[in-house]
Amino acid sequence: MVELKSIADLVRDNPFFAGLSEEYLELISGCGANESFAAGSFLFREGGSADKFYVIRHGGVALEMYQPGREPIILQTRRDGDIMGWSWFIPPYRWEWDARALQLTRVVSFDAICLRGKLESDPAFGYEMMKRFIPVIHDRMKAARLQMIDMYGGGAR
Amino acid sequence: MNDPMIPAPFRVKRTRKELEDTFTLELAPIRNSRPFHFSAGQFNMLYVHGVGEVPISISGDPGDPSVLVHTTRSVGTVTDAMWKLKQGDTIGIRGPFGTSWPVVEAEGSDVVIVTGGIGLAPLRPAIYHIITNRKRYGNVVILYGARTPEDILYRREIERWRSRLDIDVEVTVDRATGHWAGNVGVVTKLVSRGGFDPSQTVAMVCGPEIMMRYCVQALNDQGVANDRIYVSMERNMKCAVGFCGHCQFGQAFVCKDGPVFRFDAIERDFYVREL
Repeated sequence: MVELKSIADLVRDNPFFAGLSEEYLELISGCGANESFAAGSFLFREGGSADKFYVIRHGGVALEMYQPGREPIILQTRRDGDIMGWSWFIPPYRWEWDARALQLTRVVSFDAICLRGKLESDPAFGYEMMKRFIPVIHDRMKAARLQMIDMYGGGAR
Repeated sequence: MNDPMIPAPFRVKRTRKELEDTFTLELAPIRNSRPFHFSAGQFNMLYVHGVGEVPISISGDPGDPSVLVHTTRSVGTVTDAMWKLKQGDTIGIRGPFGTSWPVVEAEGSDVVIVTGGIGLAPLRPAIYHIITNRKRYGNVVILYGARTPEDILYRREIERWRSRLDIDVEVTVDRATGHWAGNVGVVTKLVSRGGFDPSQTVAMVCGPEIMMRYCVQALNDQGVANDRIYVSMERNMKCAVGFCGHCQFGQAFVCKDGPVFRFDAIERDFYVREL
Protein backbone atom coordinates (compact mmCIF):
# COMPACT_ATOMS: atom_id res chain seq x y z
CA MET A 1 0.00 0.00 0.00
CA VAL A 2 1.30 3.46 -0.85
CA GLU A 3 1.98 5.51 2.22
CA LEU A 4 0.90 9.12 1.79
CA LYS A 5 2.83 11.61 3.83
CA SER A 6 0.79 14.19 5.62
CA ILE A 7 1.73 17.85 5.34
CA ALA A 8 2.85 17.77 8.96
CA ASP A 9 5.21 14.84 8.20
CA LEU A 10 6.58 16.58 5.15
CA VAL A 11 7.24 19.75 7.14
CA ARG A 12 8.96 17.76 9.89
CA ASP A 13 11.13 15.88 7.39
CA ASN A 14 12.28 18.90 5.37
CA PRO A 15 15.63 20.25 6.63
CA PHE A 16 14.37 23.77 5.98
CA PHE A 17 12.04 23.51 8.97
CA ALA A 18 14.47 21.65 11.24
CA GLY A 19 14.74 23.04 14.75
CA LEU A 20 11.34 24.74 14.81
CA SER A 21 9.25 24.15 17.92
CA GLU A 22 6.21 21.87 17.76
CA GLU A 23 3.98 24.89 18.08
CA TYR A 24 5.46 26.54 15.01
CA LEU A 25 5.57 23.31 13.03
CA GLU A 26 1.87 22.83 13.67
CA LEU A 27 1.16 26.42 12.76
CA ILE A 28 3.02 26.11 9.46
CA SER A 29 1.47 22.74 8.67
CA GLY A 30 -1.94 24.26 9.29
CA CYS A 31 -1.25 26.84 6.58
CA GLY A 32 -0.21 24.17 4.05
CA ALA A 33 -2.25 22.63 1.24
CA ASN A 34 -1.39 20.02 -1.38
CA GLU A 35 -1.48 21.19 -4.99
CA SER A 36 -0.44 19.64 -8.27
CA PHE A 37 0.49 21.27 -11.56
CA ALA A 38 0.48 19.65 -14.97
CA ALA A 39 3.60 19.95 -17.12
CA GLY A 40 3.67 23.40 -18.70
CA SER A 41 1.24 25.01 -16.27
CA PHE A 42 2.26 27.93 -14.10
CA LEU A 43 2.51 27.95 -10.33
CA PHE A 44 2.70 31.72 -10.46
CA ARG A 45 3.43 34.47 -12.94
CA GLU A 46 5.38 37.71 -12.80
CA GLY A 47 3.37 40.53 -11.24
CA GLY A 48 0.90 38.19 -9.57
CA SER A 49 0.12 38.37 -5.88
CA ALA A 50 2.82 36.58 -3.87
CA ASP A 51 0.60 35.08 -1.26
CA LYS A 52 2.21 31.62 -1.04
CA PHE A 53 5.49 29.83 -0.80
CA TYR A 54 6.10 26.26 -1.86
CA VAL A 55 7.89 23.06 -0.98
CA ILE A 56 8.23 20.78 -4.00
CA ARG A 57 7.14 17.26 -3.10
CA HIS A 58 7.86 15.76 -6.48
CA GLY A 59 8.64 17.16 -9.89
CA GLY A 60 10.46 20.16 -11.28
CA VAL A 61 9.78 23.85 -11.70
CA ALA A 62 11.51 26.37 -13.97
CA LEU A 63 11.81 29.94 -12.76
CA GLU A 64 11.62 31.97 -15.94
CA MET A 65 11.98 35.52 -17.11
CA TYR A 66 9.46 36.49 -19.75
CA GLN A 67 10.78 38.53 -22.68
CA PRO A 68 8.35 39.89 -25.26
CA GLY A 69 8.61 38.26 -28.68
CA ARG A 70 11.26 35.79 -27.55
CA GLU A 71 11.41 32.57 -25.65
CA PRO A 72 11.49 32.98 -21.88
CA ILE A 73 14.88 32.54 -20.25
CA ILE A 74 15.04 29.84 -17.59
CA LEU A 75 16.93 31.35 -14.68
CA GLN A 76 17.04 28.35 -12.36
CA THR A 77 15.15 25.14 -11.77
CA ARG A 78 13.83 23.67 -8.55
CA ARG A 79 13.46 19.99 -7.72
CA ASP A 80 12.18 17.68 -5.00
CA GLY A 81 12.46 19.09 -1.50
CA ASP A 82 13.35 22.61 -2.63
CA ILE A 83 11.77 25.70 -1.08
CA MET A 84 10.41 28.14 -3.60
CA GLY A 85 9.27 31.72 -3.25
CA TRP A 86 10.23 34.54 -0.90
CA SER A 87 8.40 37.46 -2.54
CA TRP A 88 5.64 36.92 0.02
CA PHE A 89 8.12 38.33 2.56
CA ILE A 90 8.82 41.55 0.69
CA PRO A 91 6.25 44.31 0.08
CA PRO A 92 4.41 44.83 -2.21
CA TYR A 93 4.24 41.01 -2.31
CA ARG A 94 4.42 40.50 -6.10
CA TRP A 95 6.09 37.62 -7.90
CA GLU A 96 9.22 38.70 -9.78
CA TRP A 97 9.33 35.74 -12.18
CA ASP A 98 7.18 33.07 -13.75
CA ALA A 99 7.28 29.56 -12.27
CA ARG A 100 6.39 26.81 -14.77
CA ALA A 101 6.06 23.11 -14.01
CA LEU A 102 8.55 21.13 -16.13
CA GLN A 103 6.63 17.92 -15.51
CA LEU A 104 3.70 16.88 -13.38
CA THR A 105 4.69 18.55 -10.13
CA ARG A 106 3.25 18.11 -6.69
CA VAL A 107 3.86 20.76 -4.07
CA VAL A 108 2.75 21.86 -0.68
CA SER A 109 1.78 25.51 -0.84
CA PHE A 110 1.77 27.58 2.32
CA ASP A 111 -0.68 30.41 2.78
CA ALA A 112 1.59 33.40 3.27
CA ILE A 113 -1.19 35.81 4.17
CA CYS A 114 -1.99 33.66 7.19
CA LEU A 115 1.75 33.33 8.00
CA ARG A 116 2.55 37.03 7.56
CA GLY A 117 0.05 37.96 10.24
CA LYS A 118 1.56 35.45 12.62
CA LEU A 119 5.12 36.59 11.85
CA GLU A 120 4.16 40.20 12.63
CA SER A 121 2.53 39.33 15.92
CA ASP A 122 5.18 36.84 17.08
CA PRO A 123 8.69 38.25 16.47
CA ALA A 124 10.33 35.04 17.71
CA PHE A 125 8.52 33.09 15.00
CA GLY A 126 9.36 35.85 12.51
CA TYR A 127 13.05 35.52 13.40
CA GLU A 128 12.98 31.72 13.10
CA MET A 129 11.46 31.98 9.62
CA MET A 130 13.87 34.73 8.61
CA LYS A 131 16.82 32.54 9.72
CA ARG A 132 15.55 29.88 7.32
CA PHE A 133 14.79 32.08 4.35
CA ILE A 134 17.99 34.14 4.42
CA PRO A 135 20.22 31.10 3.62
CA VAL A 136 17.87 30.18 0.76
CA ILE A 137 18.17 33.72 -0.62
CA HIS A 138 21.95 33.62 -0.04
CA ASP A 139 22.32 30.34 -1.93
CA ARG A 140 20.25 31.60 -4.84
CA MET A 141 22.28 34.83 -5.03
CA LYS A 142 25.55 32.91 -4.93
CA ALA A 143 24.33 30.58 -7.66
CA ALA A 144 23.07 33.50 -9.77
CA ARG A 145 26.49 35.19 -9.54
CA LEU A 146 28.28 32.02 -10.62
CA GLN A 147 25.85 31.62 -13.51
CA MET A 148 26.54 35.21 -14.55
CA ILE A 149 30.30 34.90 -14.91
CA ASP A 150 30.37 32.34 -17.73
CA MET A 151 32.82 30.17 -15.82
CA TYR A 152 33.01 27.43 -18.44
CA GLY A 153 34.54 29.70 -21.07
CA GLY A 154 38.34 29.75 -21.41
CA GLY A 155 41.01 27.06 -21.24
CA ALA A 156 41.84 24.25 -23.62
CA ARG A 157 42.36 21.55 -20.97
CA MET B 1 58.60 6.36 -22.59
CA ASN B 2 62.01 7.08 -24.08
CA ASP B 3 63.42 10.62 -24.03
CA PRO B 4 60.51 12.61 -22.59
CA MET B 5 61.57 15.72 -24.49
CA ILE B 6 61.39 14.16 -27.96
CA PRO B 7 57.94 14.00 -29.54
CA ALA B 8 56.90 10.74 -31.15
CA PRO B 9 55.07 11.03 -34.46
CA PHE B 10 51.41 10.06 -34.44
CA ARG B 11 48.97 9.96 -37.30
CA VAL B 12 45.51 11.51 -37.15
CA LYS B 13 43.03 8.67 -37.54
CA ARG B 14 39.90 10.73 -37.13
CA THR B 15 38.76 14.21 -36.17
CA ARG B 16 35.37 15.05 -34.75
CA LYS B 17 33.68 18.36 -34.00
CA GLU B 18 32.16 18.07 -30.54
CA LEU B 19 30.87 21.62 -30.01
CA GLU B 20 31.15 24.95 -31.76
CA ASP B 21 34.68 25.50 -30.40
CA THR B 22 35.62 21.99 -29.27
CA PHE B 23 36.96 19.01 -31.19
CA THR B 24 38.39 15.54 -30.69
CA LEU B 25 41.44 13.99 -32.31
CA GLU B 26 41.94 10.24 -32.48
CA LEU B 27 45.60 9.39 -32.99
CA ALA B 28 47.72 6.31 -33.64
CA PRO B 29 51.50 5.90 -33.39
CA ILE B 30 53.44 5.80 -36.67
CA ARG B 31 56.85 4.33 -35.81
CA ASN B 32 55.92 1.47 -33.59
CA SER B 33 52.80 -0.48 -33.07
CA ARG B 34 53.07 -0.56 -29.29
CA PRO B 35 49.84 0.41 -27.60
CA PHE B 36 49.81 3.75 -25.80
CA HIS B 37 49.26 3.02 -22.12
CA PHE B 38 48.22 5.79 -19.78
CA SER B 39 46.38 6.31 -16.51
CA ALA B 40 43.12 8.23 -16.25
CA GLY B 41 43.88 11.88 -15.60
CA GLN B 42 47.28 12.07 -17.30
CA PHE B 43 48.10 14.47 -20.12
CA ASN B 44 50.26 14.63 -23.24
CA MET B 45 52.18 17.45 -24.89
CA LEU B 46 50.83 17.77 -28.42
CA TYR B 47 53.17 19.35 -30.97
CA VAL B 48 51.79 20.77 -34.20
CA HIS B 49 54.78 20.89 -36.54
CA GLY B 50 56.06 24.39 -37.04
CA VAL B 51 53.42 25.94 -34.82
CA GLY B 52 53.97 24.92 -31.22
CA GLU B 53 53.23 22.57 -28.37
CA VAL B 54 50.40 22.49 -25.83
CA PRO B 55 49.46 20.23 -22.91
CA ILE B 56 46.15 18.42 -23.39
CA SER B 57 44.58 15.83 -21.10
CA ILE B 58 43.95 12.39 -22.49
CA SER B 59 40.23 11.79 -22.83
CA GLY B 60 40.03 8.27 -24.21
CA ASP B 61 39.56 4.88 -22.60
CA PRO B 62 42.61 3.68 -20.64
CA GLY B 63 41.36 0.16 -21.33
CA ASP B 64 41.77 0.68 -25.07
CA PRO B 65 45.37 1.74 -25.65
CA SER B 66 45.14 1.19 -29.41
CA VAL B 67 43.90 4.73 -29.95
CA LEU B 68 44.95 7.95 -28.29
CA VAL B 69 42.08 10.40 -27.84
CA HIS B 70 42.30 14.10 -27.07
CA THR B 71 39.41 16.52 -26.82
CA THR B 72 40.27 20.18 -26.70
CA ARG B 73 38.90 23.60 -27.27
CA SER B 74 40.22 25.88 -29.97
CA VAL B 75 41.52 28.78 -27.93
CA GLY B 76 44.86 29.81 -29.46
CA THR B 77 47.36 29.43 -32.27
CA VAL B 78 48.32 25.82 -31.56
CA THR B 79 44.85 24.48 -30.89
CA ASP B 80 43.50 26.42 -33.90
CA ALA B 81 46.15 24.68 -36.05
CA MET B 82 45.31 21.37 -34.41
CA TRP B 83 41.68 21.71 -35.42
CA LYS B 84 42.75 22.15 -39.04
CA LEU B 85 44.53 18.77 -39.04
CA LYS B 86 42.96 16.16 -41.27
CA GLN B 87 42.91 12.38 -41.35
CA GLY B 88 46.42 11.16 -42.21
CA ASP B 89 48.24 14.28 -40.99
CA THR B 90 50.97 13.84 -38.39
CA ILE B 91 51.37 15.38 -34.96
CA GLY B 92 54.06 15.01 -32.30
CA ILE B 93 53.24 13.51 -28.93
CA ARG B 94 55.23 13.58 -25.69
CA GLY B 95 53.80 11.74 -22.76
CA PRO B 96 51.93 10.52 -20.89
CA PHE B 97 52.78 12.85 -18.01
CA GLY B 98 51.50 13.59 -14.55
CA THR B 99 49.46 12.03 -11.81
CA SER B 100 46.17 10.24 -12.25
CA TRP B 101 42.68 10.05 -10.78
CA PRO B 102 42.51 7.71 -7.74
CA VAL B 103 40.41 5.07 -9.46
CA VAL B 104 42.15 2.22 -7.63
CA GLU B 105 42.17 3.96 -4.23
CA ALA B 106 38.44 4.66 -4.66
CA GLU B 107 37.53 0.99 -4.92
CA GLY B 108 35.06 0.08 -2.19
CA SER B 109 33.94 3.69 -1.85
CA ASP B 110 31.15 5.74 -3.34
CA VAL B 111 32.45 7.94 -6.14
CA VAL B 112 31.25 11.43 -6.94
CA ILE B 113 32.47 13.01 -10.14
CA VAL B 114 31.80 16.71 -10.42
CA THR B 115 32.76 18.42 -13.62
CA GLY B 116 31.90 21.34 -15.82
CA GLY B 117 32.45 22.45 -19.38
CA ILE B 118 35.44 20.84 -21.05
CA GLY B 119 36.51 19.53 -17.62
CA LEU B 120 34.61 16.38 -18.52
CA ALA B 121 37.33 15.45 -21.02
CA PRO B 122 40.09 14.78 -18.43
CA LEU B 123 37.60 12.87 -16.27
CA ARG B 124 36.17 10.69 -19.02
CA PRO B 125 38.99 8.11 -18.76
CA ALA B 126 38.19 7.73 -15.05
CA ILE B 127 34.51 7.28 -15.88
CA TYR B 128 35.40 4.60 -18.46
CA HIS B 129 37.52 2.80 -15.89
CA ILE B 130 34.79 2.95 -13.24
CA ILE B 131 32.13 1.72 -15.66
CA THR B 132 34.37 -1.15 -16.79
CA ASN B 133 34.96 -2.12 -13.17
CA ARG B 134 31.57 -1.03 -11.86
CA LYS B 135 31.29 -3.78 -9.23
CA ARG B 136 34.35 -2.50 -7.39
CA TYR B 137 32.63 0.75 -6.41
CA GLY B 138 29.69 1.79 -4.27
CA ASN B 139 27.29 4.44 -5.51
CA VAL B 140 28.59 6.31 -8.53
CA VAL B 141 27.33 9.83 -9.10
CA ILE B 142 28.29 11.97 -12.09
CA LEU B 143 27.38 15.66 -11.92
CA TYR B 144 28.03 17.78 -14.98
CA GLY B 145 27.50 21.48 -15.64
CA ALA B 146 27.63 23.33 -18.93
CA ARG B 147 27.00 26.85 -20.12
CA THR B 148 23.90 26.01 -22.22
CA PRO B 149 22.26 22.80 -23.49
CA GLU B 150 24.15 23.32 -26.77
CA ASP B 151 27.46 23.27 -24.87
CA ILE B 152 27.05 19.83 -23.30
CA LEU B 153 30.16 17.84 -24.17
CA TYR B 154 29.86 14.16 -25.15
CA ARG B 155 26.07 14.50 -24.98
CA ARG B 156 25.22 11.10 -26.48
CA GLU B 157 27.67 9.42 -24.16
CA ILE B 158 26.20 11.19 -21.13
CA GLU B 159 22.77 9.99 -22.24
CA ARG B 160 24.13 6.43 -22.43
CA TRP B 161 25.63 6.68 -18.94
CA ARG B 162 22.36 8.10 -17.71
CA SER B 163 20.40 5.19 -19.15
CA ARG B 164 22.39 2.75 -17.02
CA LEU B 165 20.66 1.68 -13.86
CA ASP B 166 23.80 1.68 -11.74
CA ILE B 167 25.02 5.28 -12.13
CA ASP B 168 23.32 8.53 -11.12
CA VAL B 169 23.94 11.16 -13.76
CA GLU B 170 22.73 14.73 -13.37
CA VAL B 171 23.31 17.55 -15.81
CA THR B 172 22.69 21.23 -15.29
CA VAL B 173 23.21 24.29 -17.46
CA ASP B 174 23.74 27.93 -16.57
CA ARG B 175 21.33 29.28 -19.16
CA ALA B 176 18.47 27.82 -21.15
CA THR B 177 15.25 28.68 -22.87
CA GLY B 178 11.91 26.87 -22.82
CA HIS B 179 12.96 23.86 -24.91
CA TRP B 180 15.19 22.57 -22.12
CA ALA B 181 13.41 20.45 -19.54
CA GLY B 182 16.51 19.64 -17.50
CA ASN B 183 18.18 21.45 -14.61
CA VAL B 184 19.19 25.09 -14.77
CA GLY B 185 21.59 26.30 -12.12
CA VAL B 186 25.15 25.80 -10.98
CA VAL B 187 26.69 22.35 -10.71
CA THR B 188 27.38 22.89 -7.01
CA LYS B 189 23.63 22.79 -6.41
CA LEU B 190 23.60 19.20 -7.66
CA VAL B 191 26.16 18.20 -5.02
CA SER B 192 23.68 19.04 -2.26
CA ARG B 193 21.23 16.44 -3.56
CA GLY B 194 23.53 13.72 -2.26
CA GLY B 195 23.20 10.11 -3.32
CA PHE B 196 26.47 9.16 -1.63
CA ASP B 197 27.81 8.47 1.85
CA PRO B 198 30.09 11.45 2.57
CA SER B 199 32.39 9.54 4.92
CA GLN B 200 32.88 6.76 2.37
CA THR B 201 33.09 8.87 -0.76
CA VAL B 202 35.94 9.76 -3.07
CA ALA B 203 35.20 12.92 -5.06
CA MET B 204 36.92 13.78 -8.34
CA VAL B 205 36.48 17.35 -9.48
CA CYS B 206 37.57 18.92 -12.76
CA GLY B 207 36.60 22.19 -14.35
CA PRO B 208 37.44 25.86 -14.18
CA GLU B 209 39.22 26.69 -10.93
CA ILE B 210 36.36 28.87 -9.74
CA MET B 211 33.96 25.98 -10.25
CA MET B 212 36.25 23.62 -8.36
CA ARG B 213 36.51 26.11 -5.49
CA TYR B 214 32.77 26.16 -4.99
CA CYS B 215 32.45 22.42 -5.60
CA VAL B 216 34.94 21.70 -2.82
CA GLN B 217 32.86 23.91 -0.50
CA ALA B 218 29.68 22.11 -1.54
CA LEU B 219 31.32 18.70 -0.96
CA ASN B 220 32.60 19.88 2.43
CA ASP B 221 29.09 21.06 3.28
CA GLN B 222 27.89 17.53 2.55
CA GLY B 223 30.57 16.13 4.86
CA VAL B 224 33.19 14.98 2.35
CA ALA B 225 36.63 15.67 3.85
CA ASN B 226 39.41 17.32 1.84
CA ASP B 227 41.55 14.16 1.95
CA ARG B 228 38.81 12.42 -0.06
CA ILE B 229 38.53 15.16 -2.69
CA TYR B 230 40.77 15.20 -5.79
CA VAL B 231 41.04 18.10 -8.22
CA SER B 232 42.81 18.51 -11.55
CA MET B 233 44.75 21.76 -11.78
CA GLU B 234 45.52 23.61 -14.97
CA ARG B 235 48.65 25.71 -15.33
CA ASN B 236 50.93 26.80 -18.16
CA MET B 237 52.87 23.55 -18.65
CA LYS B 238 55.84 23.69 -21.02
CA CYS B 239 58.46 21.00 -20.39
CA ALA B 240 56.04 18.59 -18.65
CA VAL B 241 58.83 17.04 -16.57
CA GLY B 242 59.40 19.62 -13.83
CA PHE B 243 62.47 21.34 -15.31
CA CYS B 244 61.27 24.67 -16.57
CA GLY B 245 59.10 25.81 -13.68
CA HIS B 246 56.39 27.37 -15.85
CA CYS B 247 53.68 25.44 -14.05
CA GLN B 248 54.97 25.95 -10.52
CA PHE B 249 52.12 26.01 -8.03
CA GLY B 250 53.43 26.75 -4.56
CA GLN B 251 55.91 23.99 -3.83
CA ALA B 252 54.53 21.72 -6.53
CA PHE B 253 54.90 21.50 -10.27
CA VAL B 254 51.55 20.84 -11.84
CA CYS B 255 53.15 18.85 -14.68
CA LYS B 256 54.82 16.23 -12.49
CA ASP B 257 53.21 16.51 -9.03
CA GLY B 258 49.80 17.00 -10.68
CA PRO B 259 47.66 17.69 -12.57
CA VAL B 260 45.56 15.57 -10.21
CA PHE B 261 46.07 16.54 -6.57
CA ARG B 262 44.45 15.39 -3.40
CA PHE B 263 42.85 18.58 -2.21
CA ASP B 264 44.28 18.62 1.31
CA ALA B 265 47.78 18.60 -0.20
CA ILE B 266 47.21 21.87 -2.04
CA GLU B 267 44.48 23.44 0.03
CA ARG B 268 46.65 26.27 1.34
CA ASP B 269 48.02 27.22 -2.09
CA PHE B 270 44.64 26.80 -3.74
CA TYR B 271 43.36 29.85 -1.92
CA VAL B 272 46.45 32.01 -2.59
CA ARG B 273 45.23 34.40 -5.26
CA GLU B 274 48.63 35.10 -6.82
CA LEU B 275 49.44 31.45 -7.56
